[in-house]
Amino acid sequence: MTAKARAATLILLALTLAACKREERATRLDPPVAEALDKVAVLPVGIGGRPPEVYPALGSPYRSNAYQLSQGKRLYEWFNCRGCHADGGGNTGPALLDGWWRYGPDAVSIFVSIRDGRPNGMPAFRDRLTTEQIWQLTGYIQSMGATAISVAAPSRSDRMQSRPAENRAPATFPAPR
Amino acid sequence: MACLALAPAGVVWASDGGTAPEAQPGFSTLDQLTPANVGGLQPVASLPTGSRGAHGAAPVIAGDTAFILTPFPHELLALDLRAPGLPVKWRYRPAADSMAAGQGGGGRNAPVAEGGRVFFTTLDGHAIALDAATGVVLWDMRVADLAQGETLRAPPLVARGTVLLGNGGDDFGARGWIAALSAETGALLWKRYSTGPDEAVGIGPGFASAGQEANLGVTTWSPSAWQHGGGGVSGPILWDAAAGLVFHGTGYPAPWNPDQRRGDNRWTSGLFARALEDGAARWFLPVSPHDLYALGSTTPNLLLDREWQGRQRPLLVHPDANGHVYVLDRLSGALLSAEAFLPVNATEGLDPAQGVLRRNPAKQVRSGGTTTGICPAHPGAVGGAAAYSPRTGLLYIPARRLCMDLEARDTTFIPGTPFTGANLRQMPAPGLYPGALVAWDLGAARVAWTKDEALPLEGGALATAGGLVFYGTAEGVLKALDANTGAELWRFQAASGIIAPPVSYQGPDGRQFVAVLAGTGGFPGAAAGREIDIRDATAAEGRALAMRRLPQPPEAGGMLYVFALP
Repeated sequence: MTAKARAATLILLALTLAACKREERATRLDPPVAEALDKVAVLPVGIGGRPPEVYPALGSPYRSNAYQLSQGKRLYEWFNCRGCHADGGGNTGPALLDGWWRYGPDAVSIFVSIRDGRPNGMPAFRDRLTTEQIWQLTGYIQSMGATAISVAAPSRSDRMQSRPAENRAPATFPAPR
Repeated sequence: MACLALAPAGVVWASDGGTAPEAQPGFSTLDQLTPANVGGLQPVASLPTGSRGAHGAAPVIAGDTAFILTPFPHELLALDLRAPGLPVKWRYRPAADSMAAGQGGGGRNAPVAEGGRVFFTTLDGHAIALDAATGVVLWDMRVADLAQGETLRAPPLVARGTVLLGNGGDDFGARGWIAALSAETGALLWKRYSTGPDEAVGIGPGFASAGQEANLGVTTWSPSAWQHGGGGVSGPILWDAAAGLVFHGTGYPAPWNPDQRRGDNRWTSGLFARALEDGAARWFLPVSPHDLYALGSTTPNLLLDREWQGRQRPLLVHPDANGHVYVLDRLSGALLSAEAFLPVNATEGLDPAQGVLRRNPAKQVRSGGTTTGICPAHPGAVGGAAAYSPRTGLLYIPARRLCMDLEARDTTFIPGTPFTGANLRQMPAPGLYPGALVAWDLGAARVAWTKDEALPLEGGALATAGGLVFYGTAEGVLKALDANTGAELWRFQAASGIIAPPVSYQGPDGRQFVAVLAGTGGFPGAAAGREIDIRDATAAEGRALAMRRLPQPPEAGGMLYVFALP
């Protein structure tokens, strides 16, 4: 075997091994971690702030992890978010795709909007979702109109086609019929 | 003609004479404006309302005062018609619970002036009476529970010292009801529900189909589904003074996913006649039993005394969201006719034996599946209150000609969140313009003529004795048509879309005026208004797709326009 071929084999082996490193998914958070994740520091105006220290320590998984994003997508439907916000296009609630956020675009603002509710109709989900679920929803909602990591973003809906899949976001304008 | 001459003002609302047949909302007895001179109609006044919301209700003219209730958070304005420029006599802004804003699409709250007082309802659940001269509050009652998804979104009816009103909130799983308050004190006199046991619904010995199975409001539902079953009384309530009856429709059942509410879902999506004094049900017409398409029957009715197939009858005419004009004998509840006024494929005509429309099995809805091309689409074929002119015998129906794809999904009732379980995409009916003013020949039960519109009509129509029909469009054009032929005679471009019916009145100087409120609050029919992103085909209940050619309205808020001949 020539040196060249040996090098090629080694590279191939390295790539194969690297491909075996699966995305880490925590199916259940340790209770102390979950409790710490609830401790967001919000600015006095109720918009913007600092995520809990444990959030970056976990590797900010909720916007970049396929499992967390897909959980967020399921919760989005299960907790009737679609009833007001449609598939991000809005109805009685504002659109989530359009880059315009009444109460701030950052993760802490969205987390607080879901947990504590907002004026003009957004109910509080504090008693209905766990802290982890609220973070999963937050990550999914942040990814809706923005660019998510394409290997992590859901690639299709098991629902009616309403807009291009998340991993093709930002959604393209529908072609005129 | 004699009774026409007796009505002094152009717009007449329910008074102690009941909703008089010749004085329907939507018909003006004034005849100074005619097809010959309407071309000279000019704006004489315009006034911003100060609200950027969706102005779905008409101004109310009482004597020399015009009352405008702006969209939520409401403000009631009293304008002096005697002075040029319509100065504000007084204004009243009730305290508002901002949570109602998320439940607000399509509200048509309007004031009612009656006996020196003004009555109105607020989206966040209050009924309020004011002194008409001063704006002083007489009483303010919280009658709907926002936390349960209940809102108030229609004008009240004031009849014989009682104020009647009903709730909205079908989308939030609120159980529908109609209530009567004392006009003097606001105290609750009676309250009747649209679902549940017979006693709660008001079904007793006086009910037309007495002897039927008991408690159909419970047994025609999946177990306990009636408790969050919708059926709100979110449309106008009418009354017949001679018969002592009130008439109202009931909204659609919740959730929209029909597999979660198996059965006929009594008493949603139908028409009720009740006794004014205690709310006891007299008859009920099921219009869309087990409503698959979230249509409901709360579109405005008309009470007409006219000839029907050779004999004079007391009629109730109901253009329904399902695309059919229903004609009933309003005393007996007998169904006389139900004919489609636009192309419909969800149903296949009336089954005379059952008295309901035959379903098209191809448009069945199943949980987890998507049904495509259902016509008409939610929220229905009727975009605003229809107007009837006794001069032409035509009913003018502002129509939406949209179809939809509907996907039903299992959903859970969570108080304060939408309880629908459906995803919608809408598109224009094949080969048709999405909107139309349909002139319906009531006697012949057929379309006389149709005026196509590029967008669905969302406001009501006004017919005048001078032979004209006025209506506004979502692009903000107020039009006057020849009531006989449908020829367009006059138009005016407003600064924002029009989703409210025009009105006509006789000014203090004796001249005939036409007034209309413009202001869609952004995307018509969606409470989030400007914050709709049409890249999502299901946005705004799927209308984003059907209406994506809607020009973005300028950032102008609500505006009152008044027109007259120079």
